[in-house]
Amino acid sequence: MADLAAAPPRAQHGWSIGWGDAGPFLALAALVLIGFLINPDFLSANNIANVVTRSAFIAIIAIGATFVIASGGLDLSVGSMAAFITGVMILFMNWAAPSVGTAAIPLGMAVALVTSIACGLLNGTIVTIGRIEPFIATLGTMGIFRALITYMTNGGTIAIDRSLRDAYRPVYFGDVLGVPIPILVSLAVALVAAYVLYRTRYGRRCVAVGANEDVARYSGISVARVRTLAFVIQGACVAIAAVCYVPRLGAATPTTGLLWELQVITAVVIGGTALRGGRGRVWGTVAGAVILEFIANLMVLSDFVSEYLVAAVQGVIIIIAMLIQRMSKR
Amino acid sequence: MLRNALIAAGVTTALLAAGPASAAEKKTIAVSIPAADHGWTAGIVYHANATAKEINKAFPGIEVIVKTSPSASAQVSAIEDLSATRKLDALVILPHTSEELTTPVKAIKEKGSFITVVDRGLNDPHIQDLYVAGDNIAVGFNTAKFLVNRMGGKGNLVVLRGIPTVIDDERIKGFRDGIAGSDLKILDIQYANWNSDEAFKLMQDYLAKYPQIDAVWANDDDMLLGVLEAIKQSGRKDIKFALGGNGMKEIIEKVMAADPVTPVETPYPPSMIKTAIYLTAAHFAGHAPVRGSLKLDAPLITKENAEEYYFPDSPF
Repeated sequence: MADLAAAPPRAQHGWSIGWGDAGPFLALAALVLIGFLINPDFLSANNIANVVTRSAFIAIIAIGATFVIASGGLDLSVGSMAAFITGVMILFMNWAAPSVGTAAIPLGMAVALVTSIACGLLNGTIVTIGRIEPFIATLGTMGIFRALITYMTNGGTIAIDRSLRDAYRPVYFGDVLGVPIPILVSLAVALVAAYVLYRTRYGRRCVAVGANEDVARYSGISVARVRTLAFVIQGACVAIAAVCYVPRLGAATPTTGLLWELQVITAVVIGGTALRGGRGRVWGTVAGAVILEFIANLMVLSDFVSEYLVAAVQGVIIIIAMLIQRMSKR
Repeated sequence: MLRNALIAAGVTTALLAAGPASAAEKKTIAVSIPAADHGWTAGIVYHANATAKEINKAFPGIEVIVKTSPSASAQVSAIEDLSATRKLDALVILPHTSEELTTPVKAIKEKGSFITVVDRGLNDPHIQDLYVAGDNIAVGFNTAKFLVNRMGGKGNLVVLRGIPTVIDDERIKGFRDGIAGSDLKILDIQYANWNSDEAFKLMQDYLAKYPQIDAVWANDDDMLLGVLEAIKQSGRKDIKFALGGNGMKEIIEKVMAADPVTPVETPYPPSMIKTAIYLTAAHFAGHAPVRGSLKLDAPLITKENAEEYYFPDSPF
């Protein structure tokens, strides 16, 4: 017992770099293998492209959430925020389209980015300056964003202007050298995020604040600023996800992004980020998002799960994936 | 002659208005419905508000008030507050859930209100004076019959169902009954929660899994939108029909435009709230007997009758 108590800090340091980080990828590999055994169509290029493309929204938002969670925060508002940003973006583009034509699309993207950075800043300041628990603060803004999108749509649908539809479609459905654009976007976001989290002063401060707030404060780190900035990064990621999402169905509804926050948190945790903060894994998060989407895909491609039990089996697989991840850490 | 009578009536009303008796003369119809949180309920809210305006204008002796509630418990509070603050001559209610609303509605009934229940029944049917609903079984059945006829009685189908509820079960049951006896085969059936994003993903997966799909049925139009997008992306040409249900205006527009893949639609129209409010008003204004239940048919909407089900200003 005594050596167990003393060992963890050093052991974590030594081992987590190698095996701990491989956990989510092992789980992903296992899932791919099982998928192939169940239905060989699972590995068809088409299916893989579809599923990984679909996971892009959750992956991009979850990359932002990796910062928030690593810094000891939590953001429950991301799903509603994504819906709200989608609505703002579509309304703006439809308003601008008659005067500027397809230039409305890049302008709409800029509006989405600015709005969601403002939303992230709002979340961040409520948490840091308002000193409200992130769970409660973002539960509040989650309701606010959801109500705003419902209000904007009158409970129905806001569809993108027909003149923009075809011009914007390739952002979700197009590809570069066979790789769908949303996948490229999420890889780019992950690259930047990994650099920021692992190689910059801000990234280290982010993890330090999550690991121990007091120690970070005594080391001269402005905890409030670091945390607020994490929420702002989260906001920017939501905007990028929304930009990729809008061309898929070309509409925003009150059910857009429903429960995405839970998928996002699950992806982050499967990826190896500690839910209590102090440890962030960007690539793990991406793997986590892909794992979630693969599981859903497998449920349809396999024939032996009753439609009534799909959610239960998904739950079991998520827990097993977590266990694989944990065991590989030892 | 008529004019004189109207003036006389107007004067009488004006005279009566001076006294306390007038409060009893003006009939209050309260309408309690779910808040708009998806396409169909948004349609309910739209039609309820539009109807209230029309009736308040057409019948000066009737006042219709509309209250929306985001949840069953909020709806219970809303109708309790309404009946506490004024005399309700009638309550038109589309209950969030049957279980939670039965007792509170019963309490209002006991105060002497005329009760009209819409869409979802209460646990005790004796409470209602009038019941207005669509026919979920017919939604599934008529769609299935159309497919059987048009596909020559054979082919491979995939089905997207909504959220596990009675509504969903009835539609699926009607559909299964409709294809029974033919060689139409349901390859797969899964829940997509009446959500277009989930339907998009599910359809992509169906397309990956089955090389030959002749027709798709999504038991709600929100889901059909996702299905159509997934089919478009796949470039597959084997799908001859992709049908929905409910009567969303975007889909009715397709029917009007004689879309080859979505040539028909089955209604479960949110405008049924309108029927319910008008009938309740007829009870007071027209002295017309309306007690009973009215089940709206779900006939196939085709190019010929699409106009009847088309509400371009509604959000749904």
